[in-house]
Amino acid sequence: MLQLTRRAALAGLLAGTVLAGSPAWAQDTIKVGVLHSLSGTMAISETTLKDTVLMLVDEQNKKGGLLGKKLEAVVVDPASNWPLFAEKARELIQVHKVAVVFGCWTSVSRKSVLPVFEELNGLLFYPVQYEGEESSRNVFYTGAAPNQQAIPAVEYLMSKDGGEAKRWVLLGTDYVYPRTTNKILRAFLKSKGVADADIMEEYTPFGHSDWQTIVRRVKQFASQGKKTAVVSTINGDANVPFYKELGNQGIKATDIPVVAFSVGEEELAGIDTKPLLGHLAAWNYFQSVKNPTNAAFVSKWKGFIKNPKRVTNDPMEAHVIGFQMWVQAVQQAGSTNVDAVRQAMYGQKVKSPSGYDIVMHPNHHLSKPVMIGEIKADGQFEIVWQTKGPIVAEAWSPHIAENKGKVANWQYPWVCGNCTSPKFK
Amino acid sequence: MHVGRRRALALFLILIFAAVGRVQDARADAFTDALAGFAKDSYSDTIAAVEKVSATGDPRAAAVLRALAEGNLQVRKSDQAIVYTREEGGKTLGTEAASGKELGEIKTDDYDQVRVNNRVRSAVQAALGTFNLVHPDTRQRIDAARALFKNPNAANIPLLLKSLEKETDPAAKAAKELALAASRLMSDKQEERLAGIAHLKTAGDSEVRDLLLRVAGQAEKGSPIHTAATEAVASMDAQLRLARNAEIFFQGLSLGSVLLLAAIGLAITFGVMGVINMAHGEMVMLGAYTTFVVQQIIRTWSPELMEVSVLIAVPLAFLVSGAVGVGLERGVIRHLYGRPIETLLMTWGVSMILQQAVRTAFGPTNREVVSPSWMSGTMEIASGIALTQNRVVIILFGLLVFAIVIFITQKTWFGLQMRAVTQNRAMAASMGIRTGRVDAMTFGLGSGIAGMAGVALAQIDNVSPNLGQGYIVDSFMVVVFGGVGNLLGLLLGSSILGVINKFLEPFAGAVLGKIFVLVAIIVFIQFRPRGLFALKGRAAEA
Repeated sequence: MLQLTRRAALAGLLAGTVLAGSPAWAQDTIKVGVLHSLSGTMAISETTLKDTVLMLVDEQNKKGGLLGKKLEAVVVDPASNWPLFAEKARELIQVHKVAVVFGCWTSVSRKSVLPVFEELNGLLFYPVQYEGEESSRNVFYTGAAPNQQAIPAVEYLMSKDGGEAKRWVLLGTDYVYPRTTNKILRAFLKSKGVADADIMEEYTPFGHSDWQTIVRRVKQFASQGKKTAVVSTINGDANVPFYKELGNQGIKATDIPVVAFSVGEEELAGIDTKPLLGHLAAWNYFQSVKNPTNAAFVSKWKGFIKNPKRVTNDPMEAHVIGFQMWVQAVQQAGSTNVDAVRQAMYGQKVKSPSGYDIVMHPNHHLSKPVMIGEIKADGQFEIVWQTKGPIVAEAWSPHIAENKGKVANWQYPWVCGNCTSPKFK
Repeated sequence: MHVGRRRALALFLILIFAAVGRVQDARADAFTDALAGFAKDSYSDTIAAVEKVSATGDPRAAAVLRALAEGNLQVRKSDQAIVYTREEGGKTLGTEAASGKELGEIKTDDYDQVRVNNRVRSAVQAALGTFNLVHPDTRQRIDAARALFKNPNAANIPLLLKSLEKETDPAAKAAKELALAASRLMSDKQEERLAGIAHLKTAGDSEVRDLLLRVAGQAEKGSPIHTAATEAVASMDAQLRLARNAEIFFQGLSLGSVLLLAAIGLAITFGVMGVINMAHGEMVMLGAYTTFVVQQIIRTWSPELMEVSVLIAVPLAFLVSGAVGVGLERGVIRHLYGRPIETLLMTWGVSMILQQAVRTAFGPTNREVVSPSWMSGTMEIASGIALTQNRVVIILFGLLVFAIVIFITQKTWFGLQMRAVTQNRAMAASMGIRTGRVDAMTFGLGSGIAGMAGVALAQIDNVSPNLGQGYIVDSFMVVVFGGVGNLLGLLLGSSILGVINKFLEPFAGAVLGKIFVLVAIIVFIQFRPRGLFALKGRAAEA
C-alpha cells in the first residue's frame, strides 16, 4: 500500500513536470539530432562535428530560428560502438522525435543506422567522404564519393607533379569503407595498366598502434625500382602512431608520398607535423582555401569554440553545406515533414566555404570540387592541385563491373537508389 | 644645416648602394635573371629556377634555396622582387635576394609565398646538396650526400670527388662515396657506370637496390650494364634478407617488451597474489596520463626540462598508480580474498569508474604526449639494419623494470615477506608478519609498475581513457602463457609471443596474425595448463 502511494506520488510528480515543461518545449522547438561519437577511437574526428552542428543551430536561432520556431540540438554519444549507433538513432527518432539527424563518421556506423532510418522514415545527413555504392531514400550524403576523392588523388600521384607513381600500397583500417574504396582503386589502377604485383593491400584493426612491421614492409615494397606511393584509408586515432612511425623510420614525402583520405586538419592537430612535410591528403575543402565565405566560416568557428588554435576541416564544411540545405528545404516545404523536406532538397544550392556553389542532386549526393593538399610544417595544407570546378558524385562507381547500368535517382520516373530501370514507365 | 646633413647622408647611401649594385651586376646577372623564375607561380618554372640558381654557383644561392625549402621565399606583389624571410621574436624580417638588402620587418600581406610541392622540394634538396657538401657541420654534410644520392646526376661527380679528398668523418665519407657511385651510374661512359655498380653492390641498402633496379630497367637486356646491375641486385638480396629477418626479430622483441611492460605489474597482482584485477589496464592508463600532466606542467614552468620529462614522469607515475592500487586493495579487494568471481566483477566496475573519471577530467579526446628527441628517429646498427630509437629505449626500459621487480621480490626483506604471505598466509601471520599491510604494499607495487609501463606506452600509443583496455587481454595472455607466479616465464613468454606475432604478420596480416597467436595459446594451454614454467611442489597448490 505504502509502495503504491509512493509510486503514485512519483508518477504525479513526473506528470506535473512534463505538463509544466512540455508546452513551452514541444510546440516551439524543432529538434535536431546529433549522432557523433564523443568517446572511443573515433572521438578524435567526430567530437568536432558535434560542436559544428551546435554552432550551426546556435547561429540559426540567432537569425530567428526556422518556421518561427527555435531549433534545439539533441546530442547523444554512440561511443564508437557500431550497434550502439543504431540504438541511439532509434532513441533520437522515436523518443526525442527529432526532425533531422546529423551524424556518423565511419561507414560501418552508417550501415548500422541505415535500417533504422529506413524503417522509421527518418532523415540523416552524413558528412564524411565514403566508399559510395549506396543511395538511401533517407540519407543525404554531403561528403565525397570515390570519384570526388580517391580517384582524383590517385590520378594526381600518377601525374608528373605528383611524382609519377608506378607502384601502390593500399593501407586501410579493416572495415567496409577502406575495403570497398580499395576494391574500386584496384579496378581503376588495373584499367591504367598497373599489374597486380605492383599493388600491395594491407588492413589493420581500429586503434592499431604497432606499425613497425607494416612501415618496414612498405619500405621494402618501395625498393623494386619503381616510384611507390601509399594510399591510406586508415581511420581514427590509429593515424597518430602510423605517422609517428613514418617519421621515426625516416620515410619522407619526397621518397614515398602518403596520400590520406581520412586525415585532415583536426587529426593533425595532435601530432608534430614537421616530419610529415609534403605527405598528402585529398578532400573537397581545406582550411587554407582563400575566399571570403571560408574566412567568415573559420573566424565564426574560432569564436564559437573560443579557441583561436582550433581548425576547420572537410567534414565540418560538409555539415555546414548539409545544414544550410536542410534549412532552405524546410523553408521551401514550409514543414519539417521528412517526405516534404526530401522533395525540396533536390536542386538546393549553397555557397560553400570551398568557394563554389554546391548543388544537391537527385542521387542524394553533391557536386563538389576536389583538392589535393600537402601537409605543411604548421599542420595546415598547401593546396597543390584542384579541379576546375565541382564534380558530380557517382553513387555507383563505374569501375566496378557489377555496377553496370545501376542508377540512383530519387525523382520521377526513376525513384530508386539502386535499380537498372525506372520504377514508373 | 639640418636639411643639408640629411641630404648628404642620402647621397652617401645612394653612392654605396650604387657601388654594391654595380659590383653584383657585373658578377652575377645570371643569378638575378634566374630568380625571376620564382615569380611565375608554376611548379615547373620554380624547378627550372632552382636549377638555374644553383648552376650559377653564386654564394647567395644557398640562402635562397634554404628559404625555399623552408617555405620562406616570397614574391613582392608590387614589383615581383624575390625576398626571403626569417622569423625573429615574433616578427617577420625580409631580405632582398638579388641585392642582399635587409628590409627589416615586412608585412606578409604585401607578398606571395613561392609555393612548394614534393617535386620542388626534392629538386631543392638536390641543389642544396651541392652547396652543403663542404658544410662545417657533419650532420649537414651527410644530409647533403644523401640528397645527392637520391637525385643522382653525373654533373656532381667532380664536386663529390673534390669534397671527398678533404673528408675526415667516416660516416660522411661513406655517404659521399655512395652518392658518388650513384652519380657515376648516371654518366654516359660505360666504365664509369660499371664502377658505380661495383661500389653500390657493397652497400646492402634497400634504396640502393631500388636504384640499381631502376638502372637495370632502363638498360637494354643483355647489355653489360643490365647484367652487372642485375647481378649486383642478386648478390645484395641474400644480405637484405638477413637484414630483414634481423629487423623483424627486433620488432618482435619490441612487441615482446611492450607485452612484458603491460603484464609485469599483473604478474605480481595476479601471478603472485592471485587477484584477478580487471582494472590493471587502467593503472597503465593512469601512468600515461601522469606523463601528460607532467609534460603540461613542464611546458608552462620550465620548457628546458622537456627532454627529460619522460624520466621525471616514471617515478611519479609509479606513485600515482601505486597509490590508486593501495586504495583499491584496501577499499575493495581485501574484502573479497578467496572469491575470484566477485573480485573480477568488482575490479571490472572499478576499471569503468576510473575510465569515466579520466574522461570527465581530461575529456574524451586523445591527449598528445611529446617524444623527446632521443626517442625519435632511427639508429643504424649495421648496414641495412635500422632500429627505431623509441623502440630500443622501450626494450631497455622493459628489461630494467623487470630487473627491479626481480630484485625486489628476491633480494629484499619486503620481497621475502611478500613470498611468505602468498605461500602460507596463516603461518606468515603467526610469525608476526602484518599480512594485511604486505597485501596492500604488494598490490601497490604491482599497480605502480603498471603505471611506469604507462609512461613507456604513452610514447607509442594514443593516450586516451581507453588505453588500458587494449592491453588487459594481452597482459592476462602473457601471464598465463608464461606460467602464473613465475617471473622468468613472463620474460620468455612475452618475447616468444612478440617474435612469433611479428614473423606471422607479413604472411597473415595484422588481424589474422593476432588470431593465430590466440588460437595457438588456447591449444598450448590444453597441454600445459600451468604455462611455460609451471610452479612445482606445494606452492603450486596454494
